[in-house]
Amino acid sequence: MIAHLTRRYRFSASHRLHSAEMSAEENRATYGKCNNPHGHGHNYTLEVTVSGPVDEGTGMVCNLMDLDGFVGREVLSRYDLGNLNTMQEFAQIVPTTENLCIAIFEILQRGFPHAHLEKVRLEETMMNSFEYTGGAEARK
Amino acid sequence: MVYLTRKAEFSASHYYHNPDFTPEENRRVFGKCNNPNGHGHNYTLEVTVKGEVDPRSGFVVDLKQLKEVMHREVLDAMDHRFLNKEVPEFFTRIPTTENLAIAIWQRLETKLRQARLHRVRVYETPDLFVDFYGES
Repeated sequence: MIAHLTRRYRFSASHRLHSAEMSAEENRATYGKCNNPHGHGHNYTLEVTVSGPVDEGTGMVCNLMDLDGFVGREVLSRYDLGNLNTMQEFAQIVPTTENLCIAIFEILQRGFPHAHLEKVRLEETMMNSFEYTGGAEARK
Repeated sequence: MVYLTRKAEFSASHYYHNPDFTPEENRRVFGKCNNPNGHGHNYTLEVTVKGEVDPRSGFVVDLKQLKEVMHREVLDAMDHRFLNKEVPEFFTRIPTTENLAIAIWQRLETKLRQARLHRVRVYETPDLFVDFYGES
């Protein structure tokens, strides 16, 4: 029987939304306050949803210790209390929460083999949230 | 098709243990959850049903009935209980959140009259929940 398991995590990070392809004026018009050169930060809430058959022996889709360990090592320790603009994955793309959502999905997709990755959902604030379920290959 | 979700809360204790595993294996796989004295959670249950809106009542389901079924089948059986020892499904199955969602689905599925069960969501904590959509 297939079940979906969702785990929530929190991290805080700073970013500045600025595109090298736009003029200073266009950047200001597009990103507004988020274009402030000194950056600003958010308390992000991350939701990771995985799915799979419930193992008869453990009663689990995947062991939460494995998921927490992976997300802690590969996602939270990378982004928590960091500046997104300084990171290699955002050297060429703007660290919007859309792109961060995709970056986190790709980290999980590449490195977490214990269950099928369904969705990454990221709350930037209590008012904004973003979901990604894969398929950005077309974007690249 | 309209979807309707009803929430309920219950509190219960459980522990994780597979008698086919060695004590060491149980501790490794289940960690702190293997403590045989159990520990507890405040669970939140979300039951989502789906159906066409009845033209006379304007309802997908009679909420009163849905509440009654949830109370009788789930809350009366599980609220303030030790799941491993008092809920028959968990005499043989480990009461993980996954198995809890499946057991609740199985308890509700045949008891609902008007609407069809769409999803059972069980929150073990605000940061961990499982969705079950049935066997198909």
